[in-house]
Amino acid sequence: MRGLQRVLGVPRIGWVFVAPNLLILGLFTFVPIVINFYYAFTGGVQLYPSQRPFTGLENLETLFECGNYLDPSTCRKDLFWRALYNTAWFAFFQVALMVLFSLITALVLNRKIFGRGFFRGVFFYPVLLSPVVVALIWKWVLQREGVLNAILQGAGGTGAEWLNHASWAFFWSVFVSIWAHMGFYTLILLAGLQAIPADLYEAAEMDSASPWRRFSRITLPLLMPNLLVVLVLALIRAVQIFDEIFVLTGGGPGSATTFIVQFIYQTAFAESIRLYGLAAAASLVLAVTLLVLTLLQLRVSRKNANGRSGRGHG
Amino acid sequence: MLTATRGRGRFDWTDWLTYAYLVLGLVLMFGPVLWLVLSSFKSAAALNEFPPRLLPYGQAMVQVPGRAEALPLFRVKLPDGTTREMVELRRIGIEATMVDPKKPEEEIKVNIRERERVREFHLATENYTEIFGKFNFARFLWNSVFITVIATLITLLFNAMAAFALSKYAFSGQKWVFLLILSTLMIPPTIILVPNFLVVSELGLLNSLWGVIWPAVATPTGVFLLRQYMLTIPDELIDAARMDHASEWRIFWRIILPLSAPALAVLAIFSVMWRWNDFLWPLIVLSRTENFTLQLALNAFQGELTTQWHYLLAMTVMTLLPITVVFAFLQRHITTGIASSGVK
Repeated sequence: MRGLQRVLGVPRIGWVFVAPNLLILGLFTFVPIVINFYYAFTGGVQLYPSQRPFTGLENLETLFECGNYLDPSTCRKDLFWRALYNTAWFAFFQVALMVLFSLITALVLNRKIFGRGFFRGVFFYPVLLSPVVVALIWKWVLQREGVLNAILQGAGGTGAEWLNHASWAFFWSVFVSIWAHMGFYTLILLAGLQAIPADLYEAAEMDSASPWRRFSRITLPLLMPNLLVVLVLALIRAVQIFDEIFVLTGGGPGSATTFIVQFIYQTAFAESIRLYGLAAAASLVLAVTLLVLTLLQLRVSRKNANGRSGRGHG
Repeated sequence: MLTATRGRGRFDWTDWLTYAYLVLGLVLMFGPVLWLVLSSFKSAAALNEFPPRLLPYGQAMVQVPGRAEALPLFRVKLPDGTTREMVELRRIGIEATMVDPKKPEEEIKVNIRERERVREFHLATENYTEIFGKFNFARFLWNSVFITVIATLITLLFNAMAAFALSKYAFSGQKWVFLLILSTLMIPPTIILVPNFLVVSELGLLNSLWGVIWPAVATPTGVFLLRQYMLTIPDELIDAARMDHASEWRIFWRIILPLSAPALAVLAIFSVMWRWNDFLWPLIVLSRTENFTLQLALNAFQGELTTQWHYLLAMTVMTLLPITVVFAFLQRHITTGIASSGVK
């Protein structure tokens, strides 16, 4: 290091310090972005780029070949379209309910309540659990002879095969993913609530404003930037949903809970014929979607500064 | 609305709603986890019961004089109308040969419809001990620990080095480098799975734990977090060290790193969480069973046709235990870390 320091001089030695990080990012992020395009425009089943014939837009055309875009069964790659629609519906319901419930939870936890630290921990704890553990916890609760069916039958109702029924499997996918991630968004909103000056509420109380009025005129407008951040972050995450649902339902029954990342994973890594090109093309579609959402996020969070990210794991 | 402070001991309808929500939340958020832990202490037979009992109960076993093994205990209705607790010696068809533990020499033949099992509170700790022998659980545990510890150490070192360069030097192209690193926040791993697979396979890292470790260590989040913290360390400390002819590496290692300990701790917690919980990338890179992490092993076992839930539940509890312990001790650090950086 001392030798390098003598050669480079003091400010330029900075390059040596950033080099390992840049090397890793280059190898595993920047280079792959370029190669992904190459895969998307080549065909065959070979992994090595030199052995892949150039096919132009064929992969994208295969994905987008549809009799009627609203009806996946008329598409050549019907699973892709089912996954796309599933992801869109999932994102819609999951994000709407996520924002709603994390807002309610944050409001509740921000009150002067008994055992506040404990309850914050309770709502936050599932965030730390791994997706596989989350899925297994709920699989155990929801199985045919599981505790949920036992409770329902004990109360005089009837149980169900929750994960073998398309609509129920979708419902529980939304439910479980909200269960697992709500604490994270609650935390962001809680930080926002605590930043609202208390004297605003005192002034409102003196004017004897109703609770609803205090909420709609003070809390909601001042919390809006945080709510938008939560909305977009949740959207970016929801579009990439995979882990916990894959373990919980395997994408089924049928393709009821197959989402876009699972389509990419299956096409490239889980089928006996590995269509890397098709998977790369589907990745491009996902990338464009995420790019739009990220630009939206940047617009939204420009005011809130700070480097909030849509990247879940690093 | 619900956020206003209220005092003077009044307990109005909004308080009732609040506590109702909290209790419901407690049941919904904690209940399933608790149920998992309770279930993991049940024997395979107890898990097959429907409806399930809340607490783990097992067959009561009694040691009878003159017999090597403990025998299962039953409550038997005898022809004379009395009920006695007896153990089963053997059973042929619907007829069981039973004795009273107090009178071990007097054997009685009983129709199995005239008896029911005696159950007692019993923690099936064998679920936990047997997973080590039966499933190579120790190997999966080791793989997970190895990846988590090594990846976290490298992450801390590399990210701190980059953060040091980006906060304490003014070299040309520095801004550009910072933006380049930050821009990778916008490239989630899910969109470059296929090309990353090629890179890892070209480097000969397929089916190697390093194939999971290397792609994960250059986190933009970590660089950003550490850089913001290092900006607050006064430059005078560095200037003074240079006067004493300390090398730049020594300045980094002896001054900057120790002073950044709080930020390093936050990043370490995040990194441990990320790597311990990783699923999709290890699923793609590690295909041989002996290289599986805990998460992959759990996924593989739950997909088997005849899932042995008593083992699977014990393994799941073992997997969530480390994170739970970390959380119990560091809850405040984790939540403030997330709230201030907005990442998880």
